[in-house]
Amino acid sequence: MPTRVLVPSGVLGLGFDRTALARGVAMRPDIICIDGGSTDSGPFSLGAGQSKYSRAATKSEWRSLMQARAELGVPLVIGTAGTCGTDSTVDWMYDITVELAAELGQSLKIARLYCSQPVARIATAVQQGQVTPLTPAPELDLSNLSNIVALAGAEHIQAALNTGADIVIAGRTTDTATIAALPLARGDAVGGAWHGAKIAECGALCSTNPTSGVIMVDFDADGFTVEPMAETAACTPHSVSAHMLYENSDPFRLYEPGGHLDVTDARYTALDARCVRVEGSRWIPGTYTVKLEGARIGGYQTTIMAILRNAHYARNAQAWVDRLTGFLTGEIESRMGLTTADYTLEFRLIGVNGALGDLENRSGDPVEVGVLGIITARSQDEAAEIGKLINPFVLHYPLTDDEELPTFAFPYSPATTNRGALYEFALNHVLHLDDPMSAFRIELSQTDAKVPA
Amino acid sequence: MKLGDTVLKVRSKNAGPFWVTIDIFCDKPDVYRMVRDRLSNAAVAGLYKVPEQILKRFDIEDLRVIKFSVPRPVVQGSAADRDMHGAQYAALLEEHELD
Repeated sequence: MPTRVLVPSGVLGLGFDRTALARGVAMRPDIICIDGGSTDSGPFSLGAGQSKYSRAATKSEWRSLMQARAELGVPLVIGTAGTCGTDSTVDWMYDITVELAAELGQSLKIARLYCSQPVARIATAVQQGQVTPLTPAPELDLSNLSNIVALAGAEHIQAALNTGADIVIAGRTTDTATIAALPLARGDAVGGAWHGAKIAECGALCSTNPTSGVIMVDFDADGFTVEPMAETAACTPHSVSAHMLYENSDPFRLYEPGGHLDVTDARYTALDARCVRVEGSRWIPGTYTVKLEGARIGGYQTTIMAILRNAHYARNAQAWVDRLTGFLTGEIESRMGLTTADYTLEFRLIGVNGALGDLENRSGDPVEVGVLGIITARSQDEAAEIGKLINPFVLHYPLTDDEELPTFAFPYSPATTNRGALYEFALNHVLHLDDPMSAFRIELSQTDAKVPA
Repeated sequence: MKLGDTVLKVRSKNAGPFWVTIDIFCDKPDVYRMVRDRLSNAAVAGLYKVPEQILKRFDIEDLRVIKFSVPRPVVQGSAADRDMHGAQYAALLEEHELD
C-alpha cells in the first residue's frame, strides 16, 4: 500500500519553514517522522545523558508538530529523542510532550521506546560471543561507562506503532528507522523504504534549499518519490543521489539492523522540476544485529587561553610552549607531587596548527597566536588546581632566561575555565539479537485532556 | 595546480565517531576525469597520515564526485581531537597540489 511520510526537518531543534510544513500537512501524509539527534556533536550528550538542543527550541517546534498530528489524526514519531536517545532523554522528551498535551488540550496515547543498555546485559552478551567489533573499534572495555545505547531499527518502531500510539518517543534509533518503519509494515519495496528513508533523514538537505527543512516521500511497491515542501526548493536527480555521500563512509551501502541497503543500481529520474523518482535500490538481508554506542568519562578538564600579539613571541610560539611545558611539568611535580602519568597538559596554537595539529602542512607568519592550554586530570579539583598553578606562568613566562618577563593577553578573568567531565566514545560494536525486541522496552501511557475552565 | 582551485567544492565530515569522509565535487566531466587520473590514493593517505590500504575510494562518474573515507586520525571527541565535526580536514585536500 503506498505510504506518504512527512519529514519536517533533519533534526528537531534546528528549525523548519512553517509554510512548508503547512503545505505538507495539506497533502495528508500517513505519518510524520523526525529525528532528534546523532553523534555528530561529540560524546558529551551520550556521556551525560542530556539533550544538546535547548528545551525551549525543542518545545516550540514539537508544539507545531503535535498540532499538525492532531489535525491529521496520524502518528507522530521522533527517533533518537534528546540528541543521544538514552532513557533519560526519552523521559525529557516525554515530559515536554505531556506538558504540551495539557497546554494544547490533547488526549494522547504515547509510546516510549527505551534503548539504553545495562552494562550487565552487554557483559553477558560479550561472554556469549554476541558482541562483535566494527572497524576500527576501540578495545572492548565496559568499565566506567556512563551510558550505553543500542540503535533500534524499523521492527522496534513498528512495535511502538502497533500499540496504536498517537506519538512515539523513541530512544536511539538508526537515522532511517523511523521513516522506513511504516512503508515496510505496509509492504512497500524494502530497498526503496530504506533508501527513501536515508534520502529524507536530513530533511531538505537532499534538495537545492537545505534550510527549508520539510520533505515529503511517497513510498510504493516499486520505489519512492521525493518532493520538497518549500516552494523555493527543488529535488533534482543530482541533489538526491548526492545525499548518499553525506556523513556516509560508503555511498552505496548502508548497514541497518537485519541487513544492508545497496543503491549501486538505483535509478534517479526527474518527474518534473521539483520531484525525483527512485527505483532499483536493493535490500540484502543479513544477520540481525544492532549497533552499540557507549561513552565514558576520560578525565576532567580545565582550560586557559592566552594570546601572543608581540611579534617576537608570535613568531616563536612553538618554542615558547615547548619551553613552558618543560618548566611547568617540573613545577607540577615538585609542588603537587603529580607526574605526567596522572594528568595531561597540552598547549594548542591557534593561528599555527589549531585545527589540524600534526597534519598541518602549511606555515605562515601569524599576526597573533592564541595559546589554548588544556589540562585533563583525574578529578575536576585536580584539574582546577593545576590550572591555578600554571596561570601566572602562562601569563609571564619568558622565551629565554635573558629577557624581561613578558605579559600576554588574557581575554577574561579568571583566566581558567573548568569544563567538567571529558566524555569519550567507547564502543564501535554490534550486538547480535535472536529476538529484535529483547534489548528494548516499550512503555505506553495515556494523557487526558483537561477541559479549559 | 591546487585541487580546490579546479573543483567546485571539497567537503569533509564525520561518518560516525570513527571515520571521516571527504567528498570532492568536480562538477564538470573533464575536471572529474582529470582529478580521477591525477589524484592518487598514496597522496591522500599521506595527507591524512593513514595507511593506504585502509583508505576507501569511490570514483562516482554519475555525480562527478570522488569520495575518500579514512578512519579518523583521532577518535571524535577524544582528548586529542581538535575538530569535533571533522569539517576542516577538507582543507588539506583543497590545498593539495595535483601531480
